[in-house]
Amino acid sequence: MAYQVPRPKLTFAEKIYLPSVIAGLKITLGHLWRMLRGKTHVCMQYPEEKWDSHLPPHYRGAPTLVSDEFGRTRCVACQLCEFICPPRAIRIKPGEIPAENKFAKVEKFPEEFQIDMIRCIYCGLCEEVCPEQAIFLKKEYAITGTSRAAMMHQKEKLIEMGGIQPGVVNKWNEKK
Amino acid sequence: MNAILHDLADPNSILFMIWTTLAKSAGLLGVVLGMVSYTVYAERRVSSLMQDRLGPNRTGFPISLLGFGLKDWSPILGGLGQPIADAVKLLLKEDFTPAYVKKFYYWIAPALGIAAAIISLAVIPFGSKIGTVDMVIANIDIGPLFIFAISSLGVYGIVLAGWSANSKYPFLGAIRSTSQLISYELALGLSVVPLFLIIGKLNLVEIVHYQVQNGWMLLPGLTAGKLPTLSQVLCWIPVLISFLVFTIAMFAETNRLPFDLPEAETELVGGYHTEYSSMKFALFFLGEYTAMITGSSLIITLFLGAWHFPGIPDGSMSGWPGVLWGLVNIGVFFTKVFAFLIFFIFIRWTLPRFRYDQLMKLGWIWLFEIALVNIFLTALIVAFVH
Amino acid sequence: MSPILFWIFAALMLGFGAATLVNRNPVASALSLVVSLLGLSALFFSLDAYFIGVIQILVYAGAVMVLFLFIIMLLDLKAEQRRQISLPVLLGGVAVTALFVTQIALVVRTFQVGNKPFPSLAAKFDDASNIGNMLFSHYNLPFQVIGVLILVASIGVVVLSKRELN
Ligand code: SF4
Ligand code: SF4
Repeated sequence: MAYQVPRPKLTFAEKIYLPSVIAGLKITLGHLWRMLRGKTHVCMQYPEEKWDSHLPPHYRGAPTLVSDEFGRTRCVACQLCEFICPPRAIRIKPGEIPAENKFAKVEKFPEEFQIDMIRCIYCGLCEEVCPEQAIFLKKEYAITGTSRAAMMHQKEKLIEMGGIQPGVVNKWNEKK
Repeated sequence: MNAILHDLADPNSILFMIWTTLAKSAGLLGVVLGMVSYTVYAERRVSSLMQDRLGPNRTGFPISLLGFGLKDWSPILGGLGQPIADAVKLLLKEDFTPAYVKKFYYWIAPALGIAAAIISLAVIPFGSKIGTVDMVIANIDIGPLFIFAISSLGVYGIVLAGWSANSKYPFLGAIRSTSQLISYELALGLSVVPLFLIIGKLNLVEIVHYQVQNGWMLLPGLTAGKLPTLSQVLCWIPVLISFLVFTIAMFAETNRLPFDLPEAETELVGGYHTEYSSMKFALFFLGEYTAMITGSSLIITLFLGAWHFPGIPDGSMSGWPGVLWGLVNIGVFFTKVFAFLIFFIFIRWTLPRFRYDQLMKLGWIWLFEIALVNIFLTALIVAFVH
Repeated sequence: MSPILFWIFAALMLGFGAATLVNRNPVASALSLVVSLLGLSALFFSLDAYFIGVIQILVYAGAVMVLFLFIIMLLDLKAEQRRQISLPVLLGGVAVTALFVTQIALVVRTFQVGNKPFPSLAAKFDDASNIGNMLFSHYNLPFQVIGVLILVASIGVVVLSKRELN
C-alpha cells in the first residue's frame, strides 16, 4: 500500500530559502571560527598523535602468525584460511615435519606462508576459521611499503609480528 | 632594427598592440591558472576547517634540499606545496582510455571544456591602465554577451564527454548538465539586463568606468565619495534583485553546490568525467575552477566595481606611478575575485544539493520569472527618473 | 579586417558546411554544423557586427545545436548510418539546389549595388543600440508580428505535448 508522506507546511521565510542559507552559513562559519582559534579538538593530528593505546582488544589489524609458549609456530598448514580468505590474499605451501623432530606428530607445517597485504581486507575470517588458533589479527594497522614485494608479508615477518600468544588450544604439547 | 624597436614602444603601432596583448594574455593566464590551483587548495582547507578537520597541511616546499643551510618552514608553508604535488601527481598518473569509448570525441571533450572557460577571460577588464595600455585583452562592445556565448559553448565539452564515454553514469551526468546549463543561461542572461538599462552600455570597460564615477552598482553610496542621488537609490532595488538572481544563476552555471547535479558524486559516481583519468580529468577540473574565476570576475565587474576601490587612483598617469597604481588596481581586482571565490566555497560546504525537480523549478519558475519582472521594473524606474 | 582572415573563416565555414552534409555519423554532422556557425560568426565579427556575431553563437551554436546534438545522442545512431539514399530523393535534392543556384546567379548578375563600396562607419559604432533602435522604430510592426508568431508556436507545442500525455 502506498504511503503518502505528509509534507510539512512551509512558511514564507522557509520557502524563499535565503534565511536558511544564512542560518547554515552561521553554523559552518562558527565551526570555521572555532577551528581557527584552536578551540575545537575533534580532530586528532594523526601521525603525531595516535589512538593506539585505546584500541579495543578485538581490533582487527594485520593478520599475523602466533607462536605458543614454547616458541612453536602454531600453524599446521591445514590451508583452511587460504580457502576462506575472500580476496585470496593468503598463499601457503605445506611441508612435512621430519620424523626425528619432536613435533613430528603434527605432520605438517607451512614451508611458505605469505599474505598479500595489498589484497587483505582485514575481515578476520582467517582468524575465525583457524582450528589451531594460529593466525590472529593484531593491532598493527599502518601497513605500508614502497614496492609490491614489501607489501607481501612472508612467513618470517608474520611470525615476528605475531609474537607469543599464550593460548587456549594446546593439543600439540609434548606432554600430550 | 631601430625601426622595430621604435615600433615596439610606439603606442599606435600594430607591433605595440601585438606584444602588449600577448603579454597581457600570458600574464592573465598565469595568474588565473595559479589562482585555480590555490583555489582548490583553499577549498580543501576551508572545507576541512568548517568540518573541524585540518585539511592538507603537510606538503611544504622542501627548500632544505637546496642546501645553503635553509630550513623547511613546515609550520608556515605546510600545505602550500599541495597544489604542486597534486599537479605532478595528475600529470604522472596513468592516462587510461577505456576500449569502448568513441576516441575522437573522448579526446577533444576536455580541451573544449577548458578552452571555453579560458577564452571568456579575454573580455574581463582585470585592471585599469598601465600607462596607455588598457588592462583588458579584448575591449569589445558586447562583453557580457560574449562571455555568455562562449560559456554556452562550454556545454559541448560536457555533452561530448558524457556521450563519448559510452557508459551510463557519464551520460546521465551530461543530460543533467546540459538541461541545467541551458535553463540557467536564461536567468543569467536576463538578470543582467536591468544593469544595461541603467548604464546604457554593453561594454565592460565602460560599465566599470560608470561605476568609478557613480559608485559601485551594488553599493552606490559607500564608494563614490558622495551621497547617492534619488535615481541611484531607486535603481538600487532592481540592481539588488539582479545581483541575487545573477549570483544564484552563476552558481548553477559553474556546477557548484548546491547545484552540482552533473557531478553528484553520491549518485552518479562522478558524472560526465567518470571515465576520465589523469590529465584529461584534470583538464575538466581546471576548466570548472577557471569558469568559477571567470564567473566571479564577471560579478565583480558588473556589480562590485571591478578594480576600483575608493581612494585608489587608476594607472593612467605616465611613468612609474602609472605602472605602480596600475598594478595596485590589478591587485585590488584579484583580491575581490578571491574574496568572492571564498564565498563560493563557504556556500558549497554549507548547503546540501537540490533535488532535480527543485533545481528545474527554481530555474524556470522563480529565477526566470523574477529576472523578467525585474526588467520591467527597471524600465519603469528608468522611465520615471528620466 | 584583413582578407586573409576572411578567406580562412569562409573556407572553414564552407568546408564544415559540406562536412555536415557528407558525414554519415549524425553527431559528426551536428558538430560540423556548429563549427560552420562559428566560422559564420567570425565573419560577422570581421565586419564589426559584433552583436549579430555573438547572438549567432549564443542562440544557434550555444542553444539550438546543443539541443539538436542531444536529441541525436538519444536516438539510435546505427539506424541512420544504415539508411540508403533513394534515387528520387537524391534527384529532388539536386533539382532544388540547381534551381536555387540559378536564381542566385541571375540575381547577382543584375544586382549592381554589390559592386559599390560600403559607406564607412563611424570609428566607434555601437551596433547593439543601433539594432535596437532600428527594430523598435523602423521595423516595429514586423517585430511584434514575429513575436506573436513565436508565442503562438510555443503555445502550440505546449498544447500538443499535453494532449500526447493524456
Ligand atoms: S583478514 Fe581476511 S582478507 Fe585478510 S588474510 Fe585473513 S581472511 Fe584474508
Ligand atoms: S593459519 Fe590456521 S587455518 Fe591457516 S593454515 Fe595455519 S592452521 Fe590452518
